[in-house]
Amino acid sequence: MAQQTETRITKMFDRLKAEGRGGLGTFITAGDPDYDTGLEILMGLANAGADMIEFGIPFSDPMADGPAIQASSLRALKKGMTLAKTLNMVREFRKQDDVTPIILMGYYNPIYIYGIDIFLADAKEAGIDGYIVVDLPPEEENELCKPAIAAGMNFIYLTAPTTDDERLPRVVENASGFIYFVSITGITGTKSATSADIAPHLERIRKHTNLPIAVGFGIKTPKNAADTVKVGDAAVVGSALVKVITDNLDENDNPMPGIAPKVHKLVSELAAGVRSVNKRIGA
Amino acid sequence: MTKHNTYRAGADEDGHFGIYGGRYVAETLMPLILAVETEWNKAKSDPDFWKEFHYYMKHYVGRPSPLYFAERLTEKFGGAKVYFKRDELNHTGAHKINNTIGQILMAKRMGKTRIIAETGAGQHGVATATVCALFGLPCIVYMGATDVERQSPNVFRMNLLGAEVRPVTSGTGTLKDAMNEALRDWVSNVDDTFYIIGTVAGPHPYPTMVRDFQSVIGDEVREQMQEAEGRLPDTLVACLGGGSNAMGLFHPFLDNETVEIIGVEAGGKGIDTDEHCASLTLGKPGVLHGNRTYLLQTDGGQILDGHSISAGLDYPGIGPEHSWLKDRGRVNYVSVTDNEALDAFQLCTKAEGIIPALEPSHALAHVAKIAGSYPRDHLLVLNMCGRGDKDIFAVAKHLGIDMGDTDQG
Ligand SMILES: Cc1ncc(COP(=O)(O)O)c(C=O)c1O
Repeated sequence: MAQQTETRITKMFDRLKAEGRGGLGTFITAGDPDYDTGLEILMGLANAGADMIEFGIPFSDPMADGPAIQASSLRALKKGMTLAKTLNMVREFRKQDDVTPIILMGYYNPIYIYGIDIFLADAKEAGIDGYIVVDLPPEEENELCKPAIAAGMNFIYLTAPTTDDERLPRVVENASGFIYFVSITGITGTKSATSADIAPHLERIRKHTNLPIAVGFGIKTPKNAADTVKVGDAAVVGSALVKVITDNLDENDNPMPGIAPKVHKLVSELAAGVRSVNKRIGA
Repeated sequence: MTKHNTYRAGADEDGHFGIYGGRYVAETLMPLILAVETEWNKAKSDPDFWKEFHYYMKHYVGRPSPLYFAERLTEKFGGAKVYFKRDELNHTGAHKINNTIGQILMAKRMGKTRIIAETGAGQHGVATATVCALFGLPCIVYMGATDVERQSPNVFRMNLLGAEVRPVTSGTGTLKDAMNEALRDWVSNVDDTFYIIGTVAGPHPYPTMVRDFQSVIGDEVREQMQEAEGRLPDTLVACLGGGSNAMGLFHPFLDNETVEIIGVEAGGKGIDTDEHCASLTLGKPGVLHGNRTYLLQTDGGQILDGHSISAGLDYPGIGPEHSWLKDRGRVNYVSVTDNEALDAFQLCTKAEGIIPALEPSHALAHVAKIAGSYPRDHLLVLNMCGRGDKDIFAVAKHLGIDMGDTDQG
């Protein structure tokens, strides 16, 4: 197992354990629907009940994402969003919150083009705690995973229902922070799995690692989220939040008033769902 | 992996050609790609697999395709002896079928029952739909919505062959988005589906697997040139979309250092404009569709759309092995514009009675520029990788001739 650097991520999972509950991770695309609104949304996520924030780096070709997140990425890009501006938003957030973990999530090319060494230095300084890079499987880990760990951040690996027992040791070998279980074979925002579907996979994964497991893809409602943390350590919601943004845009994709509070409202409902589940040992 | 004595050893076991290639895909796909690789490693050393491949090459595709001495153009250019490798005579009218036959045999070996593909111009889609008809497998072809409109005859052809064409509106609705959508389909249908990629790109092992199927072109040229002239060719020229017809011609000759090799990219409206598709000439290395390679992209690493009059060339990337060959300096990559390709299209049609596709018209446009500078005994081979029937409407439009909306032949 990779050396487990202490980060805001590992501290958060320790807190959750002490509190005897599961966590809520929220995914939004940086700069969607525009920089200012996106920043307002980001700023209120933790207060609304998000335990960790997955912050999407906009990319022109998000091959693992469904229509909702694809569109959010394109909207952000159209408004001029960049990786540098994404880090700026994180800096703003860190002025008010030095506890909530932020994980950059996205595809490799924007990071590669930024330059790995400068990127890791800038991201660390901005207050990033870890990375989920969808198209960097363990087979390509020397590029970013190992340098990120060396720079004191976590590199989170995805596991999927297709990741069989033979492959799992390879995937968890250099994982740190937590394991992200993609609960369906599919793209974001489409199918959903039940906790009964998920449980056997988590059991398999736990045979290979002690890291906490967050579950994502297809979790939409407070009930889904609650069911998910009955078996997983955290539930991650993305497309459902992005959909609130999509539903509150005018025909030119400009935000209608009150978008951020609407996103935060769904986050607090999801948080209530997650917190309704008592995970104390023996409970 | 750098074996200094050969250009033909790649990819290494992780699928890299130097820094290019690799397997940059989501974890959900990783086990599937590893399964394709495992099966490919078995198939490529299985004589029965190649026996079956060559059976279809001969009896279904019509191989070997002729190596034709283009005497009239040779006279016109006044230099090198110009030969055409006539893959435009293949069944379905292009080199694409060499690869789809190979891959459907792989799908069969793996027990897959559902085929998906991406297509730009529709040539790879037609070639995939064709082999699916032949083997009785359901076929879904992803095609950018703009291409569905531009290439309606090919859409109809695919439908006739029993394939379902799904227009892709995501992203910019072009070939790169069709490939994204095919990958999304694959992630969503992991048990029964085989993805037939149309060129020497994508995650390992696709670039090498497609190359090995298309190498039938270069292998034949070597034999046919030996027969015709008693020696190796001096110069090879091919057009580059994703790079499969070019790699098929080039690869068997890479270690023959006397053979000059030239790849021709689509220069669109000119490489001093924003509307071109010269990934190797003007792009920079990046990661897309499962591999690292030269890409057209912004300073921030966002992928740009290419432009070319030839729908088969406007892919913003290029097979990773070409990127490696460019950096190694083994192959010389150049570009020609839409207008130069159109001129070559007409020249070839009138001088040789061969209507070339717009893709190899690019290669011919470059040959027109250089042939005169070679001596008369210089042997030049151009890969005539597709016929131009599909392009007559686009050409008519550019020549300002109205052929009507509905009567498309
Ligand atoms: C006739 C023809 N030539 C060339 C290409 C470009 O592909 P590649 O570079 O892989 O040969 C295409 C693609 O559709 C084609 O139809």
